[in-house]
Amino acid sequence: MPEALVRVVNLKKWFPLRKGFFSSLFGRELYVRAVDGITFEIRKGEIFGLAGESGSGKTTTGRLILRLIEPTEGEIYFEGTNITKLSSRELKPYRRRMQIIFQDPYESLNPRMTIYDIIAEPLRVHGIGENEEERLEIICKILESVQLIPPEEFLYRYPHELSGGQRQRVAIARALVLRPKFIVADEPISMLDMSIRAEMLNLMLNLKEQYGLTYLYITHDLATARYVCDRIAIMYLGKIVELGDIDDIMESPLHPYTRALLAAVPVPDPEIKIGEIPIKGEIPSPINIPPGCRFHPRCPFAKPICQKEEPEFKEIEPGHFIACHLYDSD
Amino acid sequence: MPLLSVESLRMYYQVGRGFVKAVDGVSFNLGKGETLGIAGESGCGKSSLALTLLRILPSNARIIDGSVLLEERDILKMNEETLRKEIRWKRISIVFQGAMNALNPVFRVGDQIAEAILLHEDVTKEEAHRRARELLKLVGIPPSRADNYPHEFSGGMKQRVMIAMALACNPDIVIADEPTTALDVIVQAQILKLLKDLRAKLNLSLILITHDLSIISEICDKVAIMYAGKIMEYGSAYDIFKNPLHPYTQGLIAAIPSIRGPKKKLRSIPGTPPDLLNPPSGCPFHPRCPYADEICRQEPPPLVRLGRDRYVVCHKIEEGSA
Repeated sequence: MPEALVRVVNLKKWFPLRKGFFSSLFGRELYVRAVDGITFEIRKGEIFGLAGESGSGKTTTGRLILRLIEPTEGEIYFEGTNITKLSSRELKPYRRRMQIIFQDPYESLNPRMTIYDIIAEPLRVHGIGENEEERLEIICKILESVQLIPPEEFLYRYPHELSGGQRQRVAIARALVLRPKFIVADEPISMLDMSIRAEMLNLMLNLKEQYGLTYLYITHDLATARYVCDRIAIMYLGKIVELGDIDDIMESPLHPYTRALLAAVPVPDPEIKIGEIPIKGEIPSPINIPPGCRFHPRCPFAKPICQKEEPEFKEIEPGHFIACHLYDSD
Repeated sequence: MPLLSVESLRMYYQVGRGFVKAVDGVSFNLGKGETLGIAGESGCGKSSLALTLLRILPSNARIIDGSVLLEERDILKMNEETLRKEIRWKRISIVFQGAMNALNPVFRVGDQIAEAILLHEDVTKEEAHRRARELLKLVGIPPSRADNYPHEFSGGMKQRVMIAMALACNPDIVIADEPTTALDVIVQAQILKLLKDLRAKLNLSLILITHDLSIISEICDKVAIMYAGKIMEYGSAYDIFKNPLHPYTQGLIAAIPSIRGPKKKLRSIPGTPPDLLNPPSGCPFHPRCPYADEICRQEPPPLVRLGRDRYVVCHKIEEGSA
C-alpha cells in the first residue's frame, strides 16, 4: 500500500461561541463542534475526496490540515512528521509543500495585484529565485502549465480582466509555483460555469501527473468526486460516517446517510429520476449535536442504542470504514 | 393553443457603451401542466428572460421586439395597471434566485404570505391568514409555524415559504429561477419533489431556470438551451439529453459528470461564454464550436424546425435531419 502523505488522528476543532449574559451566569460554555474527532490518512499520489453538506466540517478539516487554523485536539502528520505543534518558523518549510486552492477565484486573488505579483509573492516569501529575472522565468513556466498561454499576455493583467476560469487557473498557478507535494482544493470548481468545470477538473488531473501531486478534494458534489477521486470520506456534523474507495462508496454505500445523499443526487438522464429520499429534515446545528449517533434523529433505521452510544469508526471490509451501529458485529 | 407562447422576444439593456443583448430572439411554448427548463451558463440571459416575461425590468431595459402571449393576450402590450391587477401573481408568479433570503426578518412568516394575498386580492384579513396557513400546509410546513419568524426556519423551509407565496393567488404559471441553487443536495431533492407534487396537484405550468442540467432532466418535460441571449436548441427533455443536435448542447452534456453509469472522460468546451455587449459575429457560439466555418463566422444561424416542439439554431443542421 502506498504510504500516507497526510495523516490526522482524532482531529477536533471546536469554535467557542461568544458568551451571552445568561450562559456566563450559569458558566456553561457553548461550542460549535465543527470537526469533532476524525481520523484518516491521505496516501501519496491519490486524490482523496471529502464530501458532505454545508456545515459538515469539510472546509474546517482542510484548513486544520494546513494549520491555517489551530486544532482544539488531535494530531496532524505530514510525511510522517507531527506538525500539530510546530511553531510558525518551524512550519515554514512544510507550508511550501502544502498549498490550498480556494473556492471563489473572485475573492481569493488580490484585485490590486497583477498576475505576476500574485504568483511572485509566494516565491519572495520563500526566497525562491535569485533575482526577478529568474522569478519571471519560473512564473512564465507555471502559467504555461495551467494553460494561460502565452504567459506574457497575462503577466501584467489584473484579476478583474480575467474570466472566472482564468482566475482559478491563476489561483492554481500560485499554489503550484512552490512545487508543493500536497494541495487542498476546496470546492475549486463550484463557482465556475458548467462548460469550463470539466476543463478545470482535467487540468487538475493532468497537473497531478505532471507534478506528482496529492490532493484533498473538498466538495459537496458527488458526481465530480466520482470523476476525480480515488477514495472518499463522507462527513456529517463534524464526523466521518463512511470512508472507502470511490467506486465502493458510489456503488454500494453502507451508511444510511451516504445512501440518502447518493439517492438525492439528480442524474443527467431523463429516464432516471430521484426516488424516495429515505431521510427527513435537515442537518441540525453543530452547537446542539444529538447524543449517541449524531445522525440518529434523521435515520430511518435508528435503534435504541443509536440514541445512547456513539458508534465506533471501524473497518468492516478491507479499506471500507463506517461509523454505524447497524453494522455492529454482535 | 398553448397557455404561454413567446415569439421572437428581444430585450436589450442600454448601457453607456451600447446594448447588452440579454434576450435576443427567443421563442417557445408552454402548455398547461407542462414544465419547461431553461438551461444556460451565467450571463446567457436566462434570468433576464424571466424578468421580461413578467415585465419586471430595470429602467435601462428595452423590450425591442416580439410577443408574449398568455392565452392570446400579449403581455408586452398591456398597461402597467392590467399587468399588476390581472397578470403578476394571479396568472404568473416567480420565485427568485436566493429568494429565501428575501423574507423580512421582523415579520412573522404567515403575515408575509397573507400580505401578498391582501395586496392582490380583495379579501378580509382573516381570510388571507386562513389561506396563508393552507398554503403552508400545501408546501409541507405545519400551519402552526405561521406565527414563527424567518430565522426559526431552515434554508429548505424558507424556500418552501417562497414557493407558498408564489402560489398565493393561484397562478397558472410559476417561474422558478435557480430554486435550489443555495441548498444542499438532500434539501434540493425535497424541493424538487415538492415542485413535482404541486405540479400534479394544481396542474401548474412551471418554467425552471437553472444552470444545472441534472435538475432539468429530473423535472422538465421540455428544455431550452440558451447561449448569448438565444435559445440554441429546444425540444423534449428526452430528445435534448438522448439526441442533442447543437454542438453547444452536445458540449454541455459531455461536460457534466454523473454518479450513475459508466465513468466517461469529461470533455470541456474550449473558451469562455461571450460578452453580450459585444457578441461574436454570425453564430455567437462559433469561437468555441468545433464545426465552425466561414458561414458561421459571418451569418447568424437559421432556426431549423424539426417538429412542432423541436428546433435547433445552427448552420450545420438541415431540415429533417433529426
